[in-house]
Amino acid sequence: MNHVILKNSQSTAISNIPLLDYSLFYEHVLNLLKDNACHCVNYYAYKENGEQLRMICCICNDNTSGIYVFSHIYNLTSKPALESLTAVNTGMHVYEREITENFGVEFINHPWNKPVRFPTNGADKLKTADNYPFYSIKSHELHEVGVGPIHAGIIEPGHFRFICNGEKVLHLEIHLGYQHRAVEELFINKKSTFEKTILAESIAGDSVAANATIYAMLMESLGNIIISRPTSISRTIAIELERAAIHTGDLSALCTDVAYQLGSSVFQGLRTTLINTFLKWSGNRFARRLIRAGANPYPLNNELKKLILNNLESFETRFNEMADYMFNNPGVLARFEGTGILTKEQAQLINAVGMVARTCDIPRDIRSSHPYYNFNEISHKAICLDSGDVQARAMLRRLEVTQSLEYIRTLLATCDEEAATYTKEIKLMPDAFAIALTEGWRGEHCHCAVTDNKGNLKHYKIKDPSLHNWMALALVVRKNDISDFPVCNKSFDLSYCGYDL
Amino acid sequence: MFDLIKIWKHQGRQYIPDVLSVTLPSIHAGKPQIEAKSCKNNCKACKDICPSKAIDINPVNLDLGKCVFCGECETLCPEKKIAFTPDYKICSNDQSLLMIYEGEQREIKLNPDKIRNEIKRLFGHSLKLRLVSAGSCNGCELELNACGNVNFDMGRYGIEFLASPRHCDGVVVTGPIVENSVEALRITIEAVPHPKIFILNGVCAVSGGIFAESNAVNRSILDIYKPDLLVPGCPPHPLTFISGVLALTGRSA
Ligand code: SF4
Ligand code: SF4
Repeated sequence: MNHVILKNSQSTAISNIPLLDYSLFYEHVLNLLKDNACHCVNYYAYKENGEQLRMICCICNDNTSGIYVFSHIYNLTSKPALESLTAVNTGMHVYEREITENFGVEFINHPWNKPVRFPTNGADKLKTADNYPFYSIKSHELHEVGVGPIHAGIIEPGHFRFICNGEKVLHLEIHLGYQHRAVEELFINKKSTFEKTILAESIAGDSVAANATIYAMLMESLGNIIISRPTSISRTIAIELERAAIHTGDLSALCTDVAYQLGSSVFQGLRTTLINTFLKWSGNRFARRLIRAGANPYPLNNELKKLILNNLESFETRFNEMADYMFNNPGVLARFEGTGILTKEQAQLINAVGMVARTCDIPRDIRSSHPYYNFNEISHKAICLDSGDVQARAMLRRLEVTQSLEYIRTLLATCDEEAATYTKEIKLMPDAFAIALTEGWRGEHCHCAVTDNKGNLKHYKIKDPSLHNWMALALVVRKNDISDFPVCNKSFDLSYCGYDL
Repeated sequence: MFDLIKIWKHQGRQYIPDVLSVTLPSIHAGKPQIEAKSCKNNCKACKDICPSKAIDINPVNLDLGKCVFCGECETLCPEKKIAFTPDYKICSNDQSLLMIYEGEQREIKLNPDKIRNEIKRLFGHSLKLRLVSAGSCNGCELELNACGNVNFDMGRYGIEFLASPRHCDGVVVTGPIVENSVEALRITIEAVPHPKIFILNGVCAVSGGIFAESNAVNRSILDIYKPDLLVPGCPPHPLTFISGVLALTGRSA
């Protein structure tokens, strides 16, 4: 066999992962990716010792729920140049760029081997966030516009470099890395299960439930812990409540960007209802404190259930009437419809995930393809739209909010009470590999962990859905007016810190 | 038209009339209190679990500038002597006032001697701020955005976030201050005209938080620019930020 097949949040002895020669590894990746049901959820390298890297590739099959995992050992002394997968499959571009940036591995024929995030321990110390090699066109007619890293608003930093022909954007290049905190390294340096839980919560403060659950899934898998049904339900609900809250906030932001004040204010106020539900549940408005590996410190009791149901009810009527009104407002539609279109072909090409894929009629959704927790019993069906424009990304949010509320209600009805349990140190299986995926509101998050022979974490890999989807933003602004950039950007609402790590 | 009226009516009035006297749900983790009880059997459970080295013992003390409000010390303390109250007024301009010792009963306040004279005079009615994220997780940004929404409506005090540092009176930093964003932060601070104020928002900015030991963090810029306000929390609740800024600009005690 060229690969081992794992399920979501499964672990295996590292020795079970087949080691392939690079030529076979290369062929195998491309062969698997020929099937449209397959996409690469992680491909990364880590130092096994001073002399070699292990490159691990994880490819999901959406039809079978299997994850194909296989690896290649790379010699850091002889440093052979490798044939680039990106040259054949564009979606692999960012994985290879990251490997080059971290370890100096050369990929032959990579069309766009640009820096990813300027990590502290990168291979080339001369590369810094201040000297990004921007693409440029020599021409008297065209001009360049630089935006950022500090943007007009309360938002994270990133630099956007446009090449424009008059008002029309020809090309956009996005330079990130300003938020780099060396999170993956900290997962190794911090020792206790609990410290790492707090770290997981802070990977991206808008996706706390998504990242904290996925960390918990990995630790529980490696620690051979089976969580109770109420614990599982409470995490599933947290993920869906986070989706509904952030989607609602994004609808507000989209209204702001097209100067629709009513929607902007009302959706903000509505989001408050949802995040204050988290506040009363765990004491934090963004689901911090709620999810703990191997434990459930805030189990859902009858009082909480009632509170959640009441809040959902008060939210939903007001949400629906506002959304109906907004999606019938000609002024809003004129700005949303046909703006920033991502085609299905482009989405496939760049390996788009999550809501971006689903607005291009690609039903990619970990909740249905690789179900975890209670998504199996809900038998989740991904909602898809096909216009790929700002309107689709706004509408999908609206539809997904409604779907999330329905799931929360269904799950609450079957959730038994349980006593609170608290974090304990979790002993991990030694010499093992584990992978877990969740569908956060942006799309698929994938974390992989490797342990050493004592059961300590040896490497931790985080992939935010934005790693793929930033390229979608770069593509959709082409041929659009530069003035539409803010609304395009907001319609994706991608993560800077999740990408920069 | 009728639909519009319905929306207005159903939204009702959502703003908080007095941001200085709100009762947050009791579960909200605000100012902690540590009772003066003796710890038994050489217990140091709180110190051992704390993910951000905010707690020390003998006597038990807690540094709000480092605390991420995870609540774990409260849960684990066998004597139940640590309790987080919903008091959200936890800003100060003096690091030492953010230290909470066992047995101590006091409100967290600003040190009036450390507030520069011109702050109240110049910024007491209008304060425009520029935000710079320097390695934040976007949690602080979500809450700072919320400060201006229909619930908290910070704009009523003339406090607002603006786009251009040239139009601003001060800079708010979130995140532990990472190497890759130091230069952008420095340029932004310098672009703000004098006199200017400087606020560190969130435990990451105040002390580095859980990122303090990261190789990617570089806080040397703080040797040059001294903060006028420290806003604890992870992320700080909008009411924490607003009440802190009001206190700094002389509009509350
Ligand atoms: S609540 Fe604060 S002091 Fe207590 S363990 Fe958590 S971070 Fe440490
Ligand atoms: S203080 Fe907390 S919320 Fe703010 S940036 Fe740091 S980790 Fe995120």
